[in-house]
Formats: sequence, structure tokens, C-alpha cells
Amino acid sequence: MLSSPASATTREPDDLLLRFFRAARGVGCRISPPESMDAMSAVAAVGYADKARLRDALLLTIAKTQEEKDALAECFDIFFKSPEPRNLEEAQEDAEAADQSAEEPGGNESEGGSEQYGELARMLMSGDRGAVQAAMTAAADAANLSEIRFFTQRGLYSSRILEMMGMAQLEDDIAAQQAAGNQPQRLMNARDGLREAVREMVNDAITLYTREGTEALRNDILRNVPLNRLERQDIERTRKLVGEMARRLRDKYNKPRRKKNRGRLDTRKTIRRNASWGGIPFITVWKQKRVDKPKIVALCDVSGSVARVAEFLLLFLYSLNEAISDIHTYAFSGRLVDVSEILDGNAIDKAMQEVMKTVGYGSSDYGKSFADFEDNFMSGVTNRTTVIILGDGRTNNLDPRTDILRRISERARRVIWLNPEPRFAWGTGDSEMPRYQPYCTFSRPCGTVRQLERVVVDLMEMDRH
Amino acid sequence: MDSLLDPATAIEAVDRGLAEAGYIASRQISTAVFLAQRLDKPILVEGPAGVGKTELAKSIAAWQNIELIRMQCYEGLDEAKALYEWKYAKQLLYTQILKDKLGEVIGQTETLPAALARLHDFGDIFFSKQFVEPRPLLQALEQKDGCVLLIDEIDKADAEFEAFLLEILSDYQITIPEIGRIAAVTKPIVILTSNANRDLGDALKRRCIHLHIGFPEPRLEARIIETRVPGVASELRKKIVSFVHEVRTLDLKKLPSVSETIDWARVLLLLHTSSLSSEVVRDTLNVLLKYEVDMETVTPQVAELIDKAERAFVPG
Ligand SMILES: Nc1ncnc2c1ncn2[C@@H]1O[C@H](COP(=O)(O)OP(=O)(O)O)[C@@H](O)[C@H]1O
Ligand SMILES: [Mg+2]
Repeated sequence: MLSSPASATTREPDDLLLRFFRAARGVGCRISPPESMDAMSAVAAVGYADKARLRDALLLTIAKTQEEKDALAECFDIFFKSPEPRNLEEAQEDAEAADQSAEEPGGNESEGGSEQYGELARMLMSGDRGAVQAAMTAAADAANLSEIRFFTQRGLYSSRILEMMGMAQLEDDIAAQQAAGNQPQRLMNARDGLREAVREMVNDAITLYTREGTEALRNDILRNVPLNRLERQDIERTRKLVGEMARRLRDKYNKPRRKKNRGRLDTRKTIRRNASWGGIPFITVWKQKRVDKPKIVALCDVSGSVARVAEFLLLFLYSLNEAISDIHTYAFSGRLVDVSEILDGNAIDKAMQEVMKTVGYGSSDYGKSFADFEDNFMSGVTNRTTVIILGDGRTNNLDPRTDILRRISERARRVIWLNPEPRFAWGTGDSEMPRYQPYCTFSRPCGTVRQLERVVVDLMEMDRH
Repeated sequence: MDSLLDPATAIEAVDRGLAEAGYIASRQISTAVFLAQRLDKPILVEGPAGVGKTELAKSIAAWQNIELIRMQCYEGLDEAKALYEWKYAKQLLYTQILKDKLGEVIGQTETLPAALARLHDFGDIFFSKQFVEPRPLLQALEQKDGCVLLIDEIDKADAEFEAFLLEILSDYQITIPEIGRIAAVTKPIVILTSNANRDLGDALKRRCIHLHIGFPEPRLEARIIETRVPGVASELRKKIVSFVHEVRTLDLKKLPSVSETIDWARVLLLLHTSSLSSEVVRDTLNVLLKYEVDMETVTPQVAELIDKAERAFVPG
């Protein structure tokens, strides 16, 4: 079937591993070509004989974090488990009993001699596990079980496999017995056992092979759901998704840039430049400091429905780690507080709880919060700072203090306003967005993971030369 | 480490070799070392502090009887400290000599362009192999009999530094712009360690066998104690190990690692302890726990933990 180790030795091992890789991707292991080559060499080195060793070798070469190792171990156990049709033992015992009684004249009449049966029935009645397993594996291969993509295909694949094993003939055999007035109970039990075993094999295949497709589908849906409508059970998954995106961006934008060599004498280059003058350093060469990673000041409204979006924005930004040179975060509702330290030291969900505790759950006062910012933290904004404001701009009909936003925009390199509401809602009711917009370099709706991702990508691109 | 051995025997040989060097390896650890040699791949070892990551590299070197070259990583570590540096004092000295000889040199040439060309030739000499000061990575490539190259605590170096390592990790060679490519005389066994203070890049991980060492099973840890603190009686050893095992199930700021278990066993040995009483444990708890808050959490539970530890069965 999926591949008992017994069948593993008899078939193309590479094909077997390729299918295992696909299953492994389904549980979240990223397997690049070098990893798959390593895994193949590793398996060639340890062999298939010892399952524990095979498992170790795959875990060592494929999984690159502890979580991946746990997931992969589980995947391995399902993948290399053998299908065991139930009721075979019973069928075999009975077959033996039947053989004996068949020798007695006028013996057991309930089932005719197995010589009348088709191949599958004979195989089942012989109770030969190995043969049944091999037949299941062969049928699964022929039915392309590893191509299964959706759990909705369970019935289709089960019946295909059973069909290839000769289920039609088996049913005929049973019907013929019944027509002759016999009750072939043992054969019927064996058939039910086989059905169950095939079904379980298909279920395992679903666990192994559809996860990737289902996962991608689910992530795609989650990317487009308004964050403030996320159900509790989807939040963790979405966090993971955002973490994953951030990791990709971080790898992409964190190419070496010798940030640390700033402002020191570059002896190597100095000597080289001056070699022709007999080493007297006429020209000194200094290591260059290049500022091309974003410096961010984020002001996040954490009142009401915006809080959830703030959490994801901050999760995203803070997961970028080294790819961002500096980030300072202020949270506000009725007033504004510096929450950078809380965010630096904690996992995001804990940090957000802490932030909410500090800032309070009051209704938002943009004017007062902007004034708090100007009074206490304005000096942190320089012409290299990107200021990100996240909020719905709903001021509860209080003074929006657009004058402060203007002064912020005059100091900063740029001001970006992210609004969780769709554009058509800006300016309706107490939304002051249209009055804030003139002081923003640009403003964007930002209520889904997809929109969030776009903003962050742009952010990373902006200061690159 | 005979490449002709069948896998079971070869992995057993690793296990035995490391044990002789004083290192008690789990099945995964032995398999990782075996694969590293078969596949010519570095091992990236991750796990909490004090579980034997650094010690693994040392023990491989001891067992194979080859040099251990250690590169301790830190923030700001750069190419010059890790790969090579120009011996600039020597370069300067030579340029001085050259300057003194300048008259002679130029005197022998007819024209000014020829004189300049001559000077440039000298310039190149300053950037030849004899002016290179090898740092650990280059040293490792130059070992004739091979070596274990330990790149310790890579997570402490800047993310940028990882990029410098990629060439040496995949091809066992480095490129010096002025000299060209320098390949390993004998491929070193490369061990990188990380306490996971920051996520390492995918490119680096892809080039390595990834070994995670967690806190050991009680039975393994008992063997480690037996090797590292030989004087402790077997009964007490089991109790020490299962007590620590129980402590690790608590929600603490820093869980005690193997190194703490070893320290604790040493202290108990010095105190001639024969069994774990609440009193002795409380008096020595500071060896096991590094934070005041953790002491406060554990102290009231000592009797209960001893009780649990007594009941837990550590075979072997
Ligand atoms: N498996 C082991 N066998 C023998 N000694 C070990 C083992 N694991 C840890 N130790 C001991 O524990 C101590 C800490 O190990 P070390 O390698 O420095 O930890 P890490 O590098 O993981 O922080 C060392 O004294 C080492 O001898
Ligand atoms: Mg160490």
C-alpha cells in the first residue's frame, strides 16, 4: 500500500521516497532539492532494514526544526505502517477447519469447496496476510492512490482499489453461495475486513497526501478573510501563516550587507590603495555604513476591532527581526503608550494581552493620542523614519488634531496610514480619514493578511538602493 | 568509520568511539555523526544550553584523534576574524624595504612607465599567500590529517556572517579575491552549534544535517553521570537523574540542563550524600537552578518531587 517496508524493498526506492517527500511537505516540511538529495543519500547509507534508523536518517536530513521533526515523525509512522485486513485470521482458521471437514463425507455444508471461488476469495480464505497485503499495495499503486488530492475522493479511490482487487468476482462468489442456500459467513466477514482495511489505507493516504492541497486552500482562504472576523480556532493558524510569510521575507531581504563594519578603518583596502606609494597611507579607506533597512515607528490603535489587526501587523513586523534595523511601537486608544519593551520581550499573544492591559480598552481618542506622541516621543522621528499609523480613523467626534499629523509628516521620511476598513467606509460617520490622508505619503486598506503582506513587501522595497 | 561497514555496525562503532572519548550519544546523535561522514556534510546541532553540543565536537576529535579547531561566534565576528587576515604589519615592513630600494629599482629601468609597472608588480606580492594570516576557517582547510571544525554558537554571530560560511560548508573551500580558491587538503568534519537565540537562514540549514539535542532520557543521563562523575553510587545516581527529570516538568524560567545535573552530582559526591533527603536537596538546589524565582517555585515542592522521583523507575 502506501508502502510497507516489505514492499519498499521490492519497488523503486526513489519513487517511494518521492511520495514520502510529498507527504512530508503536507505536514509543513520545506524540502528543497538539496534536502531531498541528502535524504536519498542518507537512506542509501542506512538502508530500509531498521525502521528506527530509517526514521532517524530522514528526520536528520529533512526536518530543520524541532516542530518539523515532531510532525515528520508522525508522518513517517503513518507512511510506513502496513495495512492489516481484519478477519483474516478467522478466515484462515475456518479455512483450515473447512479443509478438515471437507475430507469428512457429508461435512460442513455451509460453504462449498474453495475451488469454486475466484482468486480474491481464495486468497482471503487462505488467510495469507502477505499475499493480501501485496495485492492491496499493487491495487493501490494501479489506482494511483498517492495522487489523491481531496478527502472527498475517499469513496472513489476505495471502490477503485477494491475493484482492481476483484471485488466484483468476490461479490458474485458470495451471491452464488447464497443462491445455493448457503450462508458464507466467513467469506463475508473477510470481505468486510478487506473493505475496512482498504478504507483505512485510503484514509491514511488522505492524511498523507491531501494535506498539502488542503493546507494551501485553507491558507488562501485565510489570507482573504477580514482579520477582525477571524474565528478563535483560526487565529493560531493565521499567526503561523504570517510567521511563515515573514520568514520568507526575512530570508529574502536579509542578504549580507556588512552592516556591522560601519565606520572602521578598512586596513585591507587602505594598504592596497597605498601599496604603490610605499605603504604611506595617503588615502585612508573607511568601511562604509549603508542604511538601507527600514527604521520604523508604528502607532497602533488598539481599540475595539482594530486590536486584532494591530496584533497581526505587529506580529509581521516583529517577525522580520534582523531585516528591519529598528522598530518602535506605540499603542493607543484613549491615550498613547510606548509598548516597544513589551513587544521585544514576549511572544506576540502574551505581548498583546500585556499591551491591552497597559493601554486599556477605552474608546479611541486620536487627538489626545497624537498629542501624547508629540509631547513625549516626537524626537524619535527623523528624516530616516517611516511612520506607520494603523487605525480606522474613527475619532468618536473628538478633535482629530490633523495639525499634529502634519508636523509628524514634516519630520518623518514618510507616513503610511493603514486602515482595516475598506476604502468605501473611509469618511463615513465619525471616520476622519479624508482629513488625515493629505498628510500621509500613502494610505491603504489593510484588513486581511493579503493586504498586510503587500504593505510589508512594499515597505521592504522602499529603502533599498 | 570504515565506509565498507554495514550501517548497523558503523553506527555502533560511532557510539563506542564516542563513549571511549567520554561522550554518551543517543541513537540520533550516533546516526547523525555516521551520516555526516558518509554524506560529507556538516552537522548543525541545535538545543538548549548544556546538553552536550560543544562536547560532541570535542569528543569526535578525541575519538578520531584529530585536531579540534574551534571558532567561537560572537556579535560582530567578521571575515577577517574567521577566515583570514592580511599580515599588515609585515606588509608595511616590506613596503618600507621597498621604499628604501626604490632608487635601485627605478634606477635599473629605462622609462617611467616601466618603473611604474615594476612598482605594480611589487604591489601584487603583498597580497600573496605568504602575507595571509589564517584564521580558524582557513586553518581548518589547511590541516593535512583533517580536523573537527567547531563553529560554536553560530546564532550569536550576525545573520550576515552566515553567508560567509556557505561556500566552506558546501564545497569545503574558500575564495580569497587576491589569491583565488583554497580547497581543503582533507575535508574537515564540521559541527555548527546553536542555542536558537535567533532563527538561522534556510540556506545554511539546507547545507547541514540537522540534529536536535534535547534533555536526555533518564537512562542516558544516568550513563552520562556515570561517565562524568564516576564516584556516585548507582542508586543515588538514579535518584539524582529522576529528580532532575521531575524538575524539568515544571514551568521554570530556566530548566536545569545536563551540565547542571553533572554539577549537582559532583556537589552531592563532595558532601558524601548517600540518599536524597529534602534537607540536602534544599541546601544544594542553587547548583541546579540559576534563578531566584525558580528556587522559590521548586523549594516548597522538594519533598513531593523526591517522592515522585523515588517512584519513577530508571532502568539500567
Ligand atoms: N552526552 C554527553 N556525554 C557526556 N558528557 C556530556 C553529555 N552531554 C553533556 N555533557 C557534559 O555537559 C556539559 C555541558 O556540555 P556542553 O557541550 O558544554 O553543552 P552545550 O554546548 O550544549 O551548551 C559538559 O561538561 C559535557 O561534558
Ligand atoms: Mg556550547
